[in-house]
Amino acid sequence: MLTKRIIPCLDIKNGRTVKGVNFVDLRDAGDPVELAKIYAETGADELVFLDISATEERRRTLADLVLRVAEKVNIPFTVGGGISSIEDVDILLQNGADKVSINSSAVKNPQLINDLAGKFGSQCVVVAIDAKQIDGEWIVHLVGGKVPTELNLFDWAKEVEQRGAGEILFTSMDNDGTKDGFADEALYKLSTELNIPIIASGGAGNVQHFIDTFVYGKSDAALAASVFHFKEIEIKDLKEALQEKGIPVRL
Amino acid sequence: MKIVIINYGAGNIQSIKFAIQRLGYEAVLSDNVEEIKAADKVIFPGVGEASSAMKKLRESGLDKLVPTLKQPVFGICLGMQLMCNSSEEGNTVGLGIFNVDVIKFSNRVKVPQIGWNQITNLKSNLFKEIAEKEYIYLVHSFYAPLCKETIAEAEYDISYSAALQKDNFYGTQFHPEKSSSVGEKILKNFLEIV
Repeated sequence: MLTKRIIPCLDIKNGRTVKGVNFVDLRDAGDPVELAKIYAETGADELVFLDISATEERRRTLADLVLRVAEKVNIPFTVGGGISSIEDVDILLQNGADKVSINSSAVKNPQLINDLAGKFGSQCVVVAIDAKQIDGEWIVHLVGGKVPTELNLFDWAKEVEQRGAGEILFTSMDNDGTKDGFADEALYKLSTELNIPIIASGGAGNVQHFIDTFVYGKSDAALAASVFHFKEIEIKDLKEALQEKGIPVRL
Repeated sequence: MKIVIINYGAGNIQSIKFAIQRLGYEAVLSDNVEEIKAADKVIFPGVGEASSAMKKLRESGLDKLVPTLKQPVFGICLGMQLMCNSSEEGNTVGLGIFNVDVIKFSNRVKVPQIGWNQITNLKSNLFKEIAEKEYIYLVHSFYAPLCKETIAEAEYDISYSAALQKDNFYGTQFHPEKSSSVGEKILKNFLEIV
């Protein structure tokens, strides 16, 4: 049986893990490769690296990091952040990334989704969507939720699927950072109206939130950062709790 | 031992190369017929779309070579699918090593299947010391139905071939190089076939 996936997300700046990581047993918690290895060994199903650096060398630093991760880590990983062209994706996949995640560049140039799916296959194209509710309507936002677009979340998600995305990573900006749980109503709608996997992101605070997003949100995977980085939730404990509720997980 | 990964411009070969390296072996990438023929073990990778991958194989003449290889050959993901008779993806003929036609998952399930699933009914030395129901990582929209050459099954909507074997030809729909320690053991089993 296909299992629900638990995905830690690592924020990367200039090839290093950004703040907010509390792993006492790591020699260098700033090294994304060390952290990734620990997560792979402790039951993470997949990893997401989100690059937030804005330097000129960004592309090369990220490509180098992907190569180092692929060398040491034996589970799949996705890379996102500032990816906007076929050339960007080509080097990341060649260096060993399994999937890439695109966000703003897809909104600005939706054809990019078709181009990437055509050249590399849908299976490696994740479209990340950040959205929040304005007057009761879910509106897609850019730049980490700062800039609203004209796009309705559900319309955009359907368009993204039609253009060939293999997966959607949906972050609710209303829930992100609150630790009050995932946006399960919106996730349920996405998951039942679309026929590609949906990754829930934003709002994870405790084990019950993961149970809820799989049971009520019908999410295929759940992504979180701080609850894992600060060891508020151990992945193994989380998966055991999910299994007790009858949710299929890899243990 | 000489391990060659067939390089025909389709797929995530870096990860396979690294996984082999983690097992203490070295693999070289090659599209050279003589070098591939001379290898002890051949890995046939593949990610992407079937008909365009077949086109690349034909352009390099490797479509003729692969079915004639005598050493153990391991097709991974799309590599395995291309070793079948045909694929519904882009309506392409395959290499005809495995006598089965690759078809698309129905709309009753989400497509692609992405994630960790279990393998059962394990039947080959490829799965030496691998327990039933171990988890492996898969990403695919098309599958090989169960057939005479099925050596492992997975279930997604229906039961289908998670792995195939015919003589010296092995194939897995899953990615051993991404399937944690279980995948590494399967890859090791292949490399140690005598």
